[in-house]
Amino acid sequence: MKERTKRDIIFVGISVLLYAVIEALILYRVIPPYFERGIVTVCINVILAASLNLINGITGQFSIGHAGFMAVGGYVSAILTVKLGMSFSVAIIAGAAAAGVLGVLIGLPTLRLNGDYLAIATLGLGEIIRIVILNISYVGGAAGLNGVPKDTNFTWVFGMMIFTLLFIRNLVESSHGRACIAIRENEIAAEAMGINTTRYKVLAFTIGATFAGVAGALFVHYTYVASPSSFTFMKSIDILTMVVLGGLGSMTGSVVGAVVLTLLTFFLADYPQIRGVIYSLLLIVLMLYRPQGLFGNKEFSLKMLSRLTGGGRRDVA
Amino acid sequence: MDGTALLQQLINGISVGSIYALIALGYTMVYGIIRLINFAHGDIYMLGAYVGFYCTTVFHMSFIPALLVAMVISGLAGMVIERVAYKPLRNGPRMAVLITAIGVSLFLEYAGILVVSPQTRTFPEVFPTTLYTLGGVIISSQQILILLVSLVLMVLLTYIVQRTKIGKAMRAVAFDTDAARLMGINVDMVISSTFGIGSALAGAAGVLVGVYYNSIEPLMGIMPGLKAFVAAVLGGIGIIPGAVLGGFIMGIVEALVSGFISSTYRDAAAFTILIIILLFKPAGLLGKNVREKV
Repeated sequence: MKERTKRDIIFVGISVLLYAVIEALILYRVIPPYFERGIVTVCINVILAASLNLINGITGQFSIGHAGFMAVGGYVSAILTVKLGMSFSVAIIAGAAAAGVLGVLIGLPTLRLNGDYLAIATLGLGEIIRIVILNISYVGGAAGLNGVPKDTNFTWVFGMMIFTLLFIRNLVESSHGRACIAIRENEIAAEAMGINTTRYKVLAFTIGATFAGVAGALFVHYTYVASPSSFTFMKSIDILTMVVLGGLGSMTGSVVGAVVLTLLTFFLADYPQIRGVIYSLLLIVLMLYRPQGLFGNKEFSLKMLSRLTGGGRRDVA
Repeated sequence: MDGTALLQQLINGISVGSIYALIALGYTMVYGIIRLINFAHGDIYMLGAYVGFYCTTVFHMSFIPALLVAMVISGLAGMVIERVAYKPLRNGPRMAVLITAIGVSLFLEYAGILVVSPQTRTFPEVFPTTLYTLGGVIISSQQILILLVSLVLMVLLTYIVQRTKIGKAMRAVAFDTDAARLMGINVDMVISSTFGIGSALAGAAGVLVGVYYNSIEPLMGIMPGLKAFVAAVLGGIGIIPGAVLGGFIMGIVEALVSGFISSTYRDAAAFTILIIILLFKPAGLLGKNVREKV
């Protein structure tokens, strides 16, 4: 228990240091505004990938409708700041709460389904959310909700990213998280061991949805507009690719996956088709040759690094 | 809503429904045999539409030869995809195959955009449009053609599955793969031909849709693909008559929603059907419930 607290403190310390360095570079214009945009997108995508990883990787439920929750968080927060004139922090919390509530409402019935059926149901729900938003004229319909204040900055996204990672990491190491992993490994066995599987699946789904809502709120307040076209099925697939690349079940993997793919998107922004072909080939080749992703379900750590360089003690197989 | 308008929407629904049914057949056959949602199936349908387009514009073929060429090429594409992307993962984790299928689907879409450009193309008019009026209801010659071709293909499929040797083998593999292998059935060959036949049907659906709507584009397969999957689930996935039933129901519900509520809610209707069926009868209309065993 104590060791974990120590590790969290070290993690926060390193994060603060990293934050100070990047923020200073942004303030003194060493990083041009164009790249600042890329960094902010990376942080938002890390939140999305980590939250989807909790559902898909840790709990083993296959959700491909994450963009729907992002949309709800984005729209609710935008309504609060644009229409009701509330502050950004209230808007984030409200967006997250709305996405979380929706997560419970959707999760309770659909998580009874397994595997392929759950995938297709979440896909359908993600699309329904988008189509419903498209038809609400209060939020601008297909044109989207314009004039969203640009409240999101590097400080916000970085802070929320660190909070997300800490929260999910600690959740995974708690008894709740262990229950989720047990469900992933074998749902029937987990149930036989007395784990209330529905409860934990809904819990993971809700927390994942909540953080997707946070990411949505941050995203919308960075791009000036909440538009249905930002939250399509393709967005869900983008997030899924990040999680799969990093490794289902590995938090550090999700971070790496999000960073790599966001930068790839960023540098291929002028060639969206080529980006699409690379994304799809990456998914196929990864599944054929390394289905567990870069990190499998392990976490990257210094111990792992020393083993790779041959310095550590080798395990006897 | 008056009777004529209702009848008109029913007729429109049946024509679109027969397209969904053709695509759904491929989904259901593949799922029945290897339990995989072949996400790339909708893009095979797009491929079929483009092959049909090039056959009629560049090679000046008439409708029937173009349809046959499109079916053959789509069928081969389906078999290649199975061989390259799905076969190596046949004993792998389910999620890996599903993700691969999503990857193949995206690949076909973006490669399609790269190769044939993203713009919408006008499908040539291979049949002169004639409108028949029957008691206030308008039926176009294209609608009759679509229904006719779909029915012929469905009858042909039923014949293959029920009466031929390969059909018998397919049913055996779907029932119990290991037992079928022990009986000397070449399972790989059967799976491959299942993909071939299913993809050929999707290719035919692509050509028919080109003839019906006159326009095709590289991303045209996403929505019909998803809806056809919903149709397959609705009828009971793995059950061939179920796919046809689901396809027609789907087409009719969509036509009614866009005719009497709003066409913007048309796509939502399909997914609402999906959620309802999954919650209340996940085995589908014609399916039986099977309990999960340890």
